[in-house]
Amino acid sequence: MSLPSELPPRQEIGVIGWVRKNLFSSWYNIVLTLVAAYLVVTSVGPLLNWVFLEATFTGETAADCSGEGACWLFIGQRLNFFIYGFYPDALQWRIDIMFGLLAVAFAPQFIERFPARKWFGIFGLTGLPLIGYILIPGGWFGLEEVPSSRWGGLMLTLILAYVGILAALPIGTVLALGRRSDMPIIRGLCVVFIEVWRAVPLITVLFMASVMLPLFLPDGVNFEKLMRALIGIILWQSAYMAEVVRGGLQAIPKGQYEAASALGLGYWRKTGLVILPQALTLVIPGIVNTFISLFKDTTLVLIIGLFDILGAVQSTITDPAWRNVTTEGYVFVAFCFWIFCFGMSRYSQNLERKLDTGHKS
Amino acid sequence: MTEQNTALNPEDSRTSPVESAKHADKTIIKVVDMHKWYGTFHVLKGLNLDVNEGERIVICGPSGSGKSTFIRCINRLEEHQRGQIIVDNVELTDDVKQIDTVRKEVGMVFQHFNLFPHLTVLENCCLAPLWVRKVPKREAEATAMEYLERVKIPEQAHKYPGQLSGGQQQRVAIARALCMKPKIMLFDEPTSALDPEMIKEVLDVMVELAGSGMTMICVTHEMGFAKTVADRVIFMDEGEIVELAPPEEFFTNPREARTQQFLKQILHH
Ligand SMILES: Nc1ncnc2c1ncn2[C@@H]1O[C@H](COP(=O)(O)OP(=O)(O)O)[C@@H](O)[C@H]1O
Ligand SMILES: [Mg+2]
Repeated sequence: MSLPSELPPRQEIGVIGWVRKNLFSSWYNIVLTLVAAYLVVTSVGPLLNWVFLEATFTGETAADCSGEGACWLFIGQRLNFFIYGFYPDALQWRIDIMFGLLAVAFAPQFIERFPARKWFGIFGLTGLPLIGYILIPGGWFGLEEVPSSRWGGLMLTLILAYVGILAALPIGTVLALGRRSDMPIIRGLCVVFIEVWRAVPLITVLFMASVMLPLFLPDGVNFEKLMRALIGIILWQSAYMAEVVRGGLQAIPKGQYEAASALGLGYWRKTGLVILPQALTLVIPGIVNTFISLFKDTTLVLIIGLFDILGAVQSTITDPAWRNVTTEGYVFVAFCFWIFCFGMSRYSQNLERKLDTGHKS
Repeated sequence: MTEQNTALNPEDSRTSPVESAKHADKTIIKVVDMHKWYGTFHVLKGLNLDVNEGERIVICGPSGSGKSTFIRCINRLEEHQRGQIIVDNVELTDDVKQIDTVRKEVGMVFQHFNLFPHLTVLENCCLAPLWVRKVPKREAEATAMEYLERVKIPEQAHKYPGQLSGGQQQRVAIARALCMKPKIMLFDEPTSALDPEMIKEVLDVMVELAGSGMTMICVTHEMGFAKTVADRVIFMDEGEIVELAPPEEFFTNPREARTQQFLKQILHH
C-alpha cells in the first residue's frame, strides 16, 4: 500500500523512526523482532490456509468437505441447532425477534453520538427481558407453548447469562450494602449468605439445584430444571457481585457520606444518589469481569443435561456422518463466546471513559 | 429511644448566661453540659454554649482540641453521650426524624469541600433541594444559579468539581449548603486546605454571608476574619471551652493564660 501523496515526509520519517526505536534499537531487540516475525509468518500462513484459503464453505454433505482446510460447511449445516437447540422451526421467529431486539437495545451503546441511546439501554434492561418472558416460553396470548426442555444452543446460553447478569447486579448490590450495615442481624445474614455461596463451586450449585432441591421442596411444588439452574446461578453470582461492589463502597471517602448526611439526605437517598453511582463506576472493570466469567461459566449447565451452545456443538461433532470436525466445532464455540465477551469488554471501556469526570474525590 | 421534648419553650433561652447585646435574644442553638467520648477517650468535656439567631461565632484552638468534633455534634455527624444539644427548638437524640429536621436547617462546609465528583456543580447544588426539600427542578436550578452568582462562579455551573480549583470548589460547597436555605451554617476550617492565593476568595464569600444575617459557627484560624466578622470568639483546648469573649476583648485582653499563649503563637509566626 502506498501512502497518500499529501502526507508530509516528516510523518514517513516518523514511521521509520518508530520502527527503528521500537523494533531495532539494540541487538537483543533486533533478535526478538526477528524471532517474533519468524513465528508470526510460520503460524499465520498455515492458519490463514486452514481458516480461509483451503476451507470448505459451500456444499450439502460431509463428502463436500474434501479440502485440507476447515469444514465450515458442517457449522453452516448445523447452525440452526447450534442457535436454537430443539426449539421448533416454525416458532423460531420468536427467538429471531429477541435477537433483533437485543441488537436494537445494545448496538447503539457502541455509537457515541447515537440519539437517546440511554433509553435503548434502559429498554434492554427492562422491556427486553419482559418481552422475552412472554415470547420465548409462549403459553400466553395464544402463543404456542415451548417447554424449556426444548430450548438450547446459543439462545439458551444467552438466556442463562442475561438473566444471571441482570439479577446478580442488584441482588449483589443489596448484599454488599447489607454487609456494611450498622444493623448486626442484617449484616450477619449477608455475611453468611455471601461466604456460603462464594465458597461453593458452580458445578456443585448446579448439581444441588437439579438433584437435591426437588428433595427438599414439598410435594407438588416443582420448578423446571432450567428455572432451578437459573436460581442457583443467580444466587451464586450475587455473592460474587456483592464482594465486587463492596470493594467500590469501601473506596468512597468518608467525606462523601458526611457531606450527603449534612445536606439532610437519608440513608437510601445518600446511598442511591451519592454513594452507589460513584462506587459502581469505580468497579466497572470488576463488574464486567464477573459478567464475562459468568457468561463462560454458563457452559457448566451441560452437566445437568441442558444443551447450551457448547453442549449443542459437542453432541454434534460426534456425529459419524461427518468426518472429524471437532476443531471446527470448538473454534466456532470459542468465536461465539469471544464476540460477546469482547463486546462487553469494549462497552465497559466506553462506559468508564464516559463516567470519568476527571476527579476521584 | 428517648422521647424527649421537641418544642422547647423559647422563654427558656432568655436565661442564657452569655448573650450578645447586638442581636435579638432568640436562642437558636443551645448546648448544655455536653460530653463526648471516642471509646474511652473523653474528647468533649462538658461544653455549654448558647448561640442567638444571626450571631457569628468563631472557634479556634490547637489541633486536636475537639473543635471539629464539637461542630459536627451540632448536626449530629457525631453523637454526644451526655448533656443536651437543642437546635432550632429540636433536641438531638437518637430519633432519626429529629436529626433530619435539624440537618435541613443546618448547612455545613468542610475542610476538604466534599463535593460529589460524579455530579456537575449545578447538580451538586440542586441535589438536596430536589430530594430533601422536594423543590421543583426549575425552581431548584434557579435558586442554585442565584447562589452560584453570589459566590461568583455562575459560569462554572456545568463543569465537574474535578475541573475547578480548590477555592472554586469551596465556594461551590458554600453555595451547595446555602441552596437548602439553612438557618445556620457551620464551617470546619474552610480555608485550611487552600493555597494562600485562594483563601481570600473564600473568605470574601463568608464575609458577605455574615453580612446577610446568617447564623454562623466557623472553626478557623483566620484571625483577621474573626476580628472583622465574629460577634464572639471561642478558644477551645483539650475538649473544653477555655475562653469565650467578643473579639475586641478576646484579642486585646484575653483572660486565660492558655488563650494568651495560643494567640502569641498564632499571631507571631
Ligand atoms: N473518629 C475518631 N475516633 C477516635 N478519635 C477521634 C476521632 N475523631 C477525632 N478523634 C480525636 O479526637 C480529638 C479531637 O479531634 P478534632 O475534633 O478533630 O480536633 P480539632 O478539629 O480541634 O483538630 C483528637 O485527639 C482526635 O485524635
Ligand atoms: Mg478539625
